[in-house]
Amino acid sequence: MISFVTKLGDSFLYFIRDQGRMGMFLLSALLGAFSRPFRFREVVRQISIIGANSFAVIFFTAIFTGMVLGLQGYYTLRKFGSEGMLGSAVALSLIRELGPVLTALMVTGRAGSAMCAEIGIMRNSEQIDALECMAVNPFRYLITPKFLATIISVPILTQFFNVIGIAGGYVAGVVLLGVNPGAFYNGIEQSVVNEDINLGIVKSFVFALLVVWICTGKGYFVHILRNAGFGAEGVSRATTQAVVLSSISVLIWDYLITAVML
Amino acid sequence: MSPSIIEFHNVVKSFGPQRVLDNVTISFEAGRTTVIAGGSGQGKSVTLKLILGLLAPDAGEILVNGQDITKMKLRELNRIREKFGVLFQGAALLDSMTVFENVALPLRERTKFKPPEIAQRVRKMLTQFNLEEHEAKFPAQLSGGMKKRVGLARALMLQPEIMLFDEPTTGLDPQITMEIYRLFFNSQKQFGYTSIIVSHDIPKVFNLADQVVLLNKGKMVTFASPEEIPLSTEPQIVSFAVETMGHIYSSSKMEHNI
Repeated sequence: MISFVTKLGDSFLYFIRDQGRMGMFLLSALLGAFSRPFRFREVVRQISIIGANSFAVIFFTAIFTGMVLGLQGYYTLRKFGSEGMLGSAVALSLIRELGPVLTALMVTGRAGSAMCAEIGIMRNSEQIDALECMAVNPFRYLITPKFLATIISVPILTQFFNVIGIAGGYVAGVVLLGVNPGAFYNGIEQSVVNEDINLGIVKSFVFALLVVWICTGKGYFVHILRNAGFGAEGVSRATTQAVVLSSISVLIWDYLITAVML
Repeated sequence: MSPSIIEFHNVVKSFGPQRVLDNVTISFEAGRTTVIAGGSGQGKSVTLKLILGLLAPDAGEILVNGQDITKMKLRELNRIREKFGVLFQGAALLDSMTVFENVALPLRERTKFKPPEIAQRVRKMLTQFNLEEHEAKFPAQLSGGMKKRVGLARALMLQPEIMLFDEPTTGLDPQITMEIYRLFFNSQKQFGYTSIIVSHDIPKVFNLADQVVLLNKGKMVTFASPEEIPLSTEPQIVSFAVETMGHIYSSSKMEHNI
């Protein structure tokens, strides 16, 4: 019993410390954006890695998500004789929910895991210690450019996802199943309003921050991560934790933002 | 006796239940070479990280040039860190950068030199360390000895007052080990830095030492020279020396051959 209480207390204390560490980590990374020198070239390089290199995976996810939405939406709406609403259903689902969420999940899987592993390996091989010893702030040098690049890239990728997804819905609904193209476009024009687009943009910014915060933070603190082990095993577990936690956080925050903004 | 450049006053550091440094008071003299020796897991590398402010002690003071680094803000600590050069156990080169970029990093980040001036200084240092042909290589393409040479070149770029060496010859063959010691000897002569070396390479590394610090069970004991260690009257130290290092210089022939 005493052992159980000790473990519970220990876990609680670890949780509190972890929250504090991650809070200070976020603050330091964000403050780094306002300190000289500005690492413009590094931010552009990171946008290329996190953003541009994710276009292919976003394209395929978006086109097939849109096609599935078109297919499912068509057969559901046909039961009510409302096939003409297909464009509206596809566009609203993508812009308000699926676009921001799936983009964030894809960026987590493709770039977030890589960021976590890269920083974790740098931590384990003392590269981050070396930067600190050279009086180089590792936040400004390593973390802040990744924060900025992700916060810039994810909203752009989300809009790209929405456009490709709607095109996928058009292919499935109009080209393959014969929905009237005018009705498809008209449905989008009539139903999508600025609030829907704003909701999607707010979500994509919040998700970007969550993903880059959790993924870089887990890598940065790999050496003190509980039950993570050491060396390659530690980095591997930290990366898994980062991806799982980022994905769950995205879904939780998706609900919270929707509940507040709707 | 030279003035102290680094001083520990009643320093305590624990990790969980293990007390790595137990009320340690010690000083490192300016311009001299101190070798810190001790068994694995006794806190030798922790001592270096405490000196650099990478770890904070649980209690006690750590003075660098008379300033207590344990109470400093990061900005002040960074000014102190500029005095240090560090050669890490694995060299800690940034693996996404070439040799040239690694050596140029301190100049790019800490000075206002223009790129041509940086390139000239880096190439001069690379030539000094026989690395001029490898400047475009990445760390993964280098041997262990080369990585250490690049690490040393990078550490010396800002001409530090104090050099810290964390196991500088671990994993290197005897020939490369001797090369690293020669580089150390020549660079110390050229730059005149104070050095603290943490090493397992005993007794070879004692040839470089002006003073030796033995670390055992959280306590540090200073000796003016390596030869003093077996002469200690404290049985614990003698037994520690024999346990961890064997009989130092078991014969005059061995000493001569080192």
